[in-house]
Amino acid sequence: MDPTAAKYIGAGIACIGMGGAGVGVGIIFGNYLAAAIRNPSAAAGQFANLIFGFAITEALGIFSLLIALLLLFALG
Amino acid sequence: MKFFPLVFSIFMFILVLNVIGIIPYAFTVTSHIIITVAFALLVFVTVVIYGFWRNGLRFLKLFVPSGIPIYILPLVTAIEVMSFFSRPVSHSVRLFANMLAGHITLKVFGGFVVMLGGLGFLGWLGAALPLALTTALTALELLVALLQAYVFAILTCIYLNDAVHPGH
Repeated sequence: MDPTAAKYIGAGIACIGMGGAGVGVGIIFGNYLAAAIRNPSAAAGQFANLIFGFAITEALGIFSLLIALLLLFALG
Repeated sequence: MKFFPLVFSIFMFILVLNVIGIIPYAFTVTSHIIITVAFALLVFVTVVIYGFWRNGLRFLKLFVPSGIPIYILPLVTAIEVMSFFSRPVSHSVRLFANMLAGHITLKVFGGFVVMLGGLGFLGWLGAALPLALTTALTALELLVALLQAYVFAILTCIYLNDAVHPGH
């Protein structure tokens, strides 16, 4: 298989990793919402942790996108 | 608390660099890996040097959490060391990839607007859709810019806390 075709296929497979990040972000926000409905007054205090956790999880999805972009456009 | 000038400078610098990148035709400095690696290495070297200077060799206690059975201690220590060294990597790549991916998406959707616009009058009507999406993505990009600067500063504080108080 010539290298360019292998790169395209690899980039496509690398994008599957973003599904995991999507699940993770959904879990974080879902838990936050479920707890916020039970205890609305305590929810505002945890909002900073929510945003922080979201950014960390999102980063892993973006790492996967980075691998895909490296394969397509850089020498990877 | 004595690290407040460093953390605040890092936060404001990254915030302003991110937000300037959203202006059309402006250059996004943080979307280059060398810039974010420089920031992350600055924080990492500060953590290591300050950790050793303040705690001596007790700084290495960071890698040996307390309360685990002796027979898995080597494994856990190896894992902790590896995750410590992966910190500057993930710290820098997070900011870099977020900025890069956001701007690539904007360029791709902007390209769609131009491509549809070249198809004549019906294309102009159709090009309103990617134009609206590009506007929404720019708003999201602004949010991500603010968020990533904040996350970078928060992680800097966490890593510095590890230097000041080693051990979980």
